[in-house]
Amino acid sequence: MATAFGGENGARVPARGDALGRWVGHHPIAALAVAVAIIVVLWLVLAPWPTGFEDVFGRKRLFINAIFNGVTLGALYFLVATGFTLIFGLMRYVNLAHGSLYLFGGYMGYEAGEWTGSWLFGFVIAFISCAIVGMAMQFFIFRRMEGQDLRQTLVTLGLSIVFSDLMVWVWGGNAIQIDTPDYLMGPTPTPIVVAVKSSGEAVFLQYPRVRLVIFVAAVVIGIGMWLALHRTRIGVMIRAGVDDRDMLSVLGYRVQLLFILVFAFGAGLAGIAGIVGGTFQSISLGEDSHFLLASLQVVIVGGMGSIPGAALGAIIIGCAEQLGQTYFQNYATVLTFVIMVIVLALRPQGLLGRR
Amino acid sequence: MTLAQITASPSLGEVQRSSTLSRWASQHAAILLLGLVLLILPAVASDFIFVQVFGWAMILGIIALSLMFLGGYGGMVSLAQMTVAGVAGYMVAVFGASSLPYVSLFWPWWVAVPIAIAIAVAFGALTGALSARTEGIYTIMITLAIAAAFFYLTLQNWPIFNGFAGFTTIPAPIAFGINWKHPLPLYYLILFFAALSYVVVLYISRAPFGLALQGVRDNPRRMEAIGYNVTAHRVAAYAFAALLAAIGGILMVWLNNQISPGSTGIDASIDLLIIAVVGGLGHPIGAFVGAIIYVILRTFALDSLVAIGLDGRRFQTLIGLCFLAIVLFSPDGVIGLWRRWVARTRGGRSAS
Repeated sequence: MATAFGGENGARVPARGDALGRWVGHHPIAALAVAVAIIVVLWLVLAPWPTGFEDVFGRKRLFINAIFNGVTLGALYFLVATGFTLIFGLMRYVNLAHGSLYLFGGYMGYEAGEWTGSWLFGFVIAFISCAIVGMAMQFFIFRRMEGQDLRQTLVTLGLSIVFSDLMVWVWGGNAIQIDTPDYLMGPTPTPIVVAVKSSGEAVFLQYPRVRLVIFVAAVVIGIGMWLALHRTRIGVMIRAGVDDRDMLSVLGYRVQLLFILVFAFGAGLAGIAGIVGGTFQSISLGEDSHFLLASLQVVIVGGMGSIPGAALGAIIIGCAEQLGQTYFQNYATVLTFVIMVIVLALRPQGLLGRR
Repeated sequence: MTLAQITASPSLGEVQRSSTLSRWASQHAAILLLGLVLLILPAVASDFIFVQVFGWAMILGIIALSLMFLGGYGGMVSLAQMTVAGVAGYMVAVFGASSLPYVSLFWPWWVAVPIAIAIAVAFGALTGALSARTEGIYTIMITLAIAAAFFYLTLQNWPIFNGFAGFTTIPAPIAFGINWKHPLPLYYLILFFAALSYVVVLYISRAPFGLALQGVRDNPRRMEAIGYNVTAHRVAAYAFAALLAAIGGILMVWLNNQISPGSTGIDASIDLLIIAVVGGLGHPIGAFVGAIIYVILRTFALDSLVAIGLDGRRFQTLIGLCFLAIVLFSPDGVIGLWRRWVARTRGGRSAS
């Protein structure tokens, strides 16, 4: 979203490759650092580690598992944060009840799954129920305090408190685990070598199939959203609204309707993510603030209001969290915090954000 | 919500009628009365009421005051103030005494307390430096992320923060021949710092720094153009607010005799914002008004909910709904309601 609009003077909308080339031209050192980092990570993942290397950094299996867990966790974070960033980008208030929507979606998906026995049907129910809650919030409350972003944010905070307490009332404080369906159970072999046996035979990584499928699904959703934003009429309206919603409204577009649709979509995505989270880990009291924090960190690092930014930020935060938990457990959160501090110090608007 | 400060000015007739001293007294009648009540409270109330209710409310008030100072005068609503208080509290436990001999250093209070305050102020200034470069609504996001990061750090970290167990048995020191652990000295200590921070904030709001800060709040670009360093003013405001929060945090640890991730967690940070907003960000007294309402609700809501036939465990919903009602119907909090009521009665009196 950010790159496609080009500079301030852009009468012509430059193509993506064009923008990338210009960025490399303007920041040769940063581009070199990014390229080196990508090559190092690829080498660490793909090549079998030399023996001396493993003595210093531990076993490769550990590292690869952390990276895979981080990337798939990033997919989950992306699903949560992308709705958050879309709502923020268009409507300019921080939806602090986003974590509650995530938790609500998880519970609804769990109930639907228990009832019908279908994991996939749970996604439909979670999306629809969260979208309805989101629409109601936008229609009954936020519409009435247009332009008062602090007040709107405080209202989302109040709602999140009430929601989480009501959810404790209904579902109790115990953790709920959503069962993985049979067809996604078990490990999938991957072509990545984690170790070499003494006989010279390579050992390949086995990874839970459900996490890989969710990762692919998140990528598909991300690409679908990018296409919807850049190739459809409603996408043009949303992008125009992000830039200047007053102007869009003056031009005769029904901005309020657009707001409700975007809020419903963002809330629905959070609901879907709730099921994914319930399948990956579990859903319980307190997970709402965990995922609110994750969304905040992803959006701060990636760039506020940018969907590619949310994807990048989600991968970074997911990997940082998992690597931190693997290698220095006591200070795992410090790593994500340090990443946030560095980004805020160098680029306050986030990696892919616009000023 | 408009953060603009509304100053209630007395009508002209009233001013001419009275002498300076009695005018001052009548203008501040409410606060003087409140101070008197708080001073004699231990004589009439039980230990539980004056320490666990009023002492606790005043501590929350001091920390909420730091949020009010940032939000009301600086236009920066920071959710990290409870975290700053928590940093100070944890540092007192680390450098001072606690029940964990392998973590605590058992330094005397006159070393541990200044170190704790210095670390908390540095942390607050760092928070400020990070969020001051962005504006408005971003501040909430960044400070909430910082608060949450600290919460998860305290939860996961055992060498310094002792994980979810936290620290227990952190006694208030014995200093100047008084054991500050006892309810009565502790109450007056809290009262002293509450009054001091209230007066200091009121003073700063009228001092050049406070006026410049309010200018930065209303129009940062114009202040920048006049030659004020906007970022420096914001960071300094964060540092000062951190000082208040640190004092509150240390008193909090001494009162509760323990600190754990739950006492500085996300919920605590959000409760603090609720206190400040419910009280009103327009005037320093709002922080204390919000705190006393919150503590009274917290202490007695459970029993009264049960008494009227509702589930006492739905306390959090009650707090949330009260907060929503205030934000929706009186954005300037209870102080705003009070001012409107005073204005109406005054208007009615002068008309008759």
